[in-house]
Amino acid sequence: SSDDIMSTKFILKMAAVQGGMVDEKEEVDIKTEPQSDGLMNTNATDGRQLSPSPSSSSSAGSSKSAAGAPEDQQTLLAVLQFLRKNKLTESVEILRREAGLPEDALDTKGADCSAPSSGGTAGGVDGLDAGSLLSRVAVSSSAGTPAPTKVADDQPDVSVVLSAYSQQGDPALYKVYYSDLKKFIESVLDCHRAELSQVFYPLFVHMYLELVYNNHESEAKAFFEKFSGDQECYYEDDLRVLSSLTKKEHMRGNETLLDFRTSKFVLRISRDSYQLLKRHLQERQNNQIWNIIQEHLYIDIFDGMPRSKSQIDAMSGSLAGEAKREANKAKVYYGLLKEPEIEVPLDDEDEEAENEEGKPKKKKPKKDSMGSKSKKQDPNAPLQNRIPLPELKDSDKLDKIMYMKESTKRIRLGRENLPSICFYTFLNAYQGLTAVDFTDDSSLIAGGFADSTVRVWSVTPKKLRKVKSAADLNLIDKESDDVLERIMDEKTASESKILYGHSGPVYGISFSPDRNYLLSCSEDGTVRLWSLLTFTCLVGYKGHNYPVWDTQFSPYGYYFVSGGHDRVARLWATDHYQPLRIFAGHLADVTCTRFHPNSNYVVTGSSDRTIRLWDVLTGNCVRIFTGHKGPIHTLAFSPNGKFLASGATDGRVLLWDIGHGLMVSELKGHTDTVYALRFSRDGELLASGSMDNTVRLWDAAKAFDDLETDDFTAATGHIHLQDNSQELLLGTYMSKSTPVVHLHFTRRNLLLAAGSYAA
Amino acid sequence: MAEREERRFAQVSRESVALMAESAGVELGEEMAAVLAEDVCYRLREAAQSCSQFMKHAKRKKLTVEDFNRALRWSNVEAVCGYGAQDALPFRSGKEGELFFVEDREINLIELALATNIPKGCAETMVRVNVAYLDGKGGVELQGAVPTAVQSLSDDLLKYYQQITRAILGDDPHLMKVALLDLQSNSKMAALLPYFVYVISGVKSVSHDLEQLNRLLHMVRSLVQNPYLYLGSYVRSLVSSVMYCILEPLAASINPLNDHWTLRDYAALLLSNIFWTHGDLVSGLYHQILLSLQKVLSDPVRPLCSHYGAVVGLHALGWKAVEKVLFPHLPAYWANLQAVLDDYSVSNAQVKADGHKVYGAILVAVERLLKMKALSLSHPGEWCFNAQTGSLAAAGGYSSPGLSPPPQSLSEAAFGIASHLQAGSGGCPWEEWAPVSLPAMYLELYSFFGDSLAVRFSTGPGLDSPPYCPSALLREPKKEALGQGSNSDTARKMPQLTANLSISPRRDGSPRTDPPPPSLAAAGPGRSLPRSSSAQRSRYSSSRSAQRLTGLPRDVFPKARFASPQNGPPTFSFVIGGRQMGQRCQGRRPFQTVFAPTPPPAAVPPRAYAHKLPVIGRVGKPVRRWTCSHYSLLLPL
Repeated sequence: SSDDIMSTKFILKMAAVQGGMVDEKEEVDIKTEPQSDGLMNTNATDGRQLSPSPSSSSSAGSSKSAAGAPEDQQTLLAVLQFLRKNKLTESVEILRREAGLPEDALDTKGADCSAPSSGGTAGGVDGLDAGSLLSRVAVSSSAGTPAPTKVADDQPDVSVVLSAYSQQGDPALYKVYYSDLKKFIESVLDCHRAELSQVFYPLFVHMYLELVYNNHESEAKAFFEKFSGDQECYYEDDLRVLSSLTKKEHMRGNETLLDFRTSKFVLRISRDSYQLLKRHLQERQNNQIWNIIQEHLYIDIFDGMPRSKSQIDAMSGSLAGEAKREANKAKVYYGLLKEPEIEVPLDDEDEEAENEEGKPKKKKPKKDSMGSKSKKQDPNAPLQNRIPLPELKDSDKLDKIMYMKESTKRIRLGRENLPSICFYTFLNAYQGLTAVDFTDDSSLIAGGFADSTVRVWSVTPKKLRKVKSAADLNLIDKESDDVLERIMDEKTASESKILYGHSGPVYGISFSPDRNYLLSCSEDGTVRLWSLLTFTCLVGYKGHNYPVWDTQFSPYGYYFVSGGHDRVARLWATDHYQPLRIFAGHLADVTCTRFHPNSNYVVTGSSDRTIRLWDVLTGNCVRIFTGHKGPIHTLAFSPNGKFLASGATDGRVLLWDIGHGLMVSELKGHTDTVYALRFSRDGELLASGSMDNTVRLWDAAKAFDDLETDDFTAATGHIHLQDNSQELLLGTYMSKSTPVVHLHFTRRNLLLAAGSYAA
Repeated sequence: MAEREERRFAQVSRESVALMAESAGVELGEEMAAVLAEDVCYRLREAAQSCSQFMKHAKRKKLTVEDFNRALRWSNVEAVCGYGAQDALPFRSGKEGELFFVEDREINLIELALATNIPKGCAETMVRVNVAYLDGKGGVELQGAVPTAVQSLSDDLLKYYQQITRAILGDDPHLMKVALLDLQSNSKMAALLPYFVYVISGVKSVSHDLEQLNRLLHMVRSLVQNPYLYLGSYVRSLVSSVMYCILEPLAASINPLNDHWTLRDYAALLLSNIFWTHGDLVSGLYHQILLSLQKVLSDPVRPLCSHYGAVVGLHALGWKAVEKVLFPHLPAYWANLQAVLDDYSVSNAQVKADGHKVYGAILVAVERLLKMKALSLSHPGEWCFNAQTGSLAAAGGYSSPGLSPPPQSLSEAAFGIASHLQAGSGGCPWEEWAPVSLPAMYLELYSFFGDSLAVRFSTGPGLDSPPYCPSALLREPKKEALGQGSNSDTARKMPQLTANLSISPRRDGSPRTDPPPPSLAAAGPGRSLPRSSSAQRSRYSSSRSAQRLTGLPRDVFPKARFASPQNGPPTFSFVIGGRQMGQRCQGRRPFQTVFAPTPPPAAVPPRAYAHKLPVIGRVGKPVRRWTCSHYSLLLPL
């Protein structure tokens, strides 16, 4: 459990920052809920779920279990209470020490705030009963007052944290309440209607769950039938899950619903609209709905024009509503790190000359390093040593030189100048191709397969060779110049190598930038590091315990990130068998992970339909992007680090401005899941590959240029997206019955696509 | 709405639960079963929802049993074993209709273990690269057609291809026969079809070599008769190769010792064979063929051997074609022919001999025209000719592929009308063509041919008596009689067997004894040849089934072709024809009929893929796709 404590510690920091932010902006009208992140509520899940056999989520939750900073003591206390109920005294002690609470904090404060709850604990009754007792009491104290309960910060209210759906209204009236509200919202002015309509879906779900939870099965069914048709179509998947659930017992193991129950659905509503709603509910004495809004919704009120329907639709669709505005306020250092200065050999004089004209700006710093020491630090770039990066080896420097040479021959792509596309087809891949990666120099290609194997091919005539055995290595002359060549065993040369080690489908693979290592992650819950010199497994990183969906090396090597079914992403260093950071916060599986080009940030996509950007240094979530209507399966940073592209099962590609935290563009065209995204080396074009057997090219430069970032837009995040997908689409390229799994731009901007022929 | 929602999920009824409990030896109360059933439904849905993520991450569209098992495993439920096969499990219903089950045949493990045909491991997983698009433009106009996944030929197929082509074009006649037979019956070489078609299109490069031409034509015959092959638009290419052999003044025909006449006859019969059996694959094929034959015929510059080809071609296509094209053109053509025949100079001897060939061919064609026409008018009840009329009518009206004569109708009136209607509305080039009455036609023809015509006509009409050439006729009752007896529906289903004795016409050049083109004994066992096109001297009825049983024609055929009957003994050939009557496709195997009707193929000249040999696809794929590729095989010619 030391691992747990580590992660708890780590998350504590995170929560501190976020909690602090929330405190700065407190809405007077709404009940303040200092905890700002879903992960806090995961505790509540576990608390609620004091069942004798902890479900899968609670085991996953151990890593996610988080404690509040001193400011949110009630959360912390809830955790402590939970731990104690489960007789995890050691953890209680450690956590208390870490949090700096006095030893009797739990007892006294808990007793102060809610005597019944501690009484329940003391009584040592069955966990579940205690939980429900707690919440019942808690609600009975607040239910009487229609006005929002303002909870003082210094008064930890454990019951609020733990409460869920124990209110007992008249189940027959739920329909009446809902249709009453519906009638009201339909009757308001157009400008408010779109905004207020947002409350329909969360209300609907919570009312339904409340009915189910309280064993009103037939009422719940009737309620669902009557109103499910009104919900937005992009919630269809969630509704399907919901409709299959009709019994209280079902709720226990259903993680989707746990998420919904325990996290607050975030809505952004303008002040005027909110006032309208509030007034109506108070007039009608509609306590039922009002209570749900208070307990399960987070209404982010802004001053200004109400948003239009299209604006709302663009941003909604995620499992827990939109991102709070504060969530995207933190400063992100998206600039690139300064390239190290490398002496380019003199014999490349002529190529240097070419550089003067042809080379794009990104390469300038390196080239200029020859002459003047110009190029000061990009103001948006993080400090060079913000996170420690490995030092360059000689071979890395050689590779950089190669890279520079290659990039002088790079084709400048653009609207008029589209790239050639080469398709790498995996033939006879009956075992199922699940992941592909190219090395940056396009010399190797690796495939992960459903039969647990990883296969590496050499794309160039140079064959793959192993290092000689230890005995043979002793014989070679270690002083010779070509020692690196001599250590290789010619007898082992072959076009491809197979790596055996996983015990489940390989879902993600990634080459290290120096091409000496390969990472693979699998359903078996491990991430493996392979040596491409010996073609053996070096390390198996265990920690996820559940299928790992994706992994990627940092652009500078050494670090890597992985994300999986346990809803967290982890940051690892190759020489540590435990993760350095755990990025917790997603409400569902982390489906894809990517490193920012400056290696200071990590972005994760999830099946909760949100994208989160995490700071590697602090472990904080610094951006939450919502707008996708399906699980996100691929992400790509633009080469300048400023923008992000994401693709999801809804077939859409969204572009994001990281600095401003805004959606830039919506690229519609694919008819199936987008599995691959890649920017050209100059960032002018975006290539997207999909299950629909096409590669599409998009004019990324134009999409970014069209973005108008005035102060208002930046402040509110309410952008008007033009529907210009057709304008931005530069080409659609069909493959023959081959879904596109991976895309890669070579250093000269030739587009490589890969997939397995689907017979 | 409610019910629809409900039905979206798999339901397990309480009866099923009770039954399963019973089979496990547990007695369940009604209530308990209901509760359990509901819970089972829920768990099923939950598992179904969670297993889809394994599918998505495996980047598949198909949910597999394996996915489901993974989902079960991760929710601490035992996996269900035994259903991991990749193939779809057939789901059958019992006779009573209430019972559904997965077919699960018993496997004899001993047999399996001792089986000698151990399947080879599947091919190595590999990566192949091709340039799909150059500068983002390469394939713009070909979008959707450019194959990015190149399916290379398997080694086995490649070997087969080489062996077959080598055997057919090689020296060993026996080997060739075997190869041709295999080509005719092999069900697994669909992928090679484009390559073979390409080989065949090589006729143009071997026009000096009669032997090779012959072999290529045999290859055509084998391909055409292979019931497993779907020729698709390759028919066009095959037809053009065959037409080349019929019409072109081959290099081989310069030498009078070369018997290119037989080649032309054979090609003509092959043409009609292709047309009758595969004509439905390419719309407007009939008219295209007629048009090109007419063009050749009306071109006086063409050598006589080309004209001969055109005549036998028309003859092979049926008397309607003769009536439409040859007869109206005859007066004009006759003058030229007469001039040739009347020139007795020594220098003209060769040409004159050729002229006699043409004369003979025309004579045979018009005789049959007269006879058939007479029959169609004066013997309304005669089933045999009726059928012929019907099938010809179908041919005449072919430009609308869906149109076929009423399959079961046998009344003369119906057919007569149908054929006339269709002939009238048939193709554009013969739009103005009006049928000449029989007497007028006879008179006109008589003016050309004189008595030689009259004799034949007068003896002709009887069905059971040999229409002409009595000396050459040989009846062969054989076992077909038996088939006839067993056939319950004799009147409708009687195909014919034609035994044909033809005296080799090569050297004597006499128009009197000049026979029609030697019959092509082309009817393979699986396919019936519409007999109307072949020269028929006599008919024997047999049931279709009996005819299928005869392996004879196939054996006879190569001998007939390759015995090289120089002046020699009379050759025998059998023509077995079934009545087609709108059942043109019946000879083909049923599985082929599931192909969607091919759209009119793009006008790809046969040479279009000469340099880009098609990539090999699979049988189930539309053939069109094969035409674009960058990969080629070397031609062993």
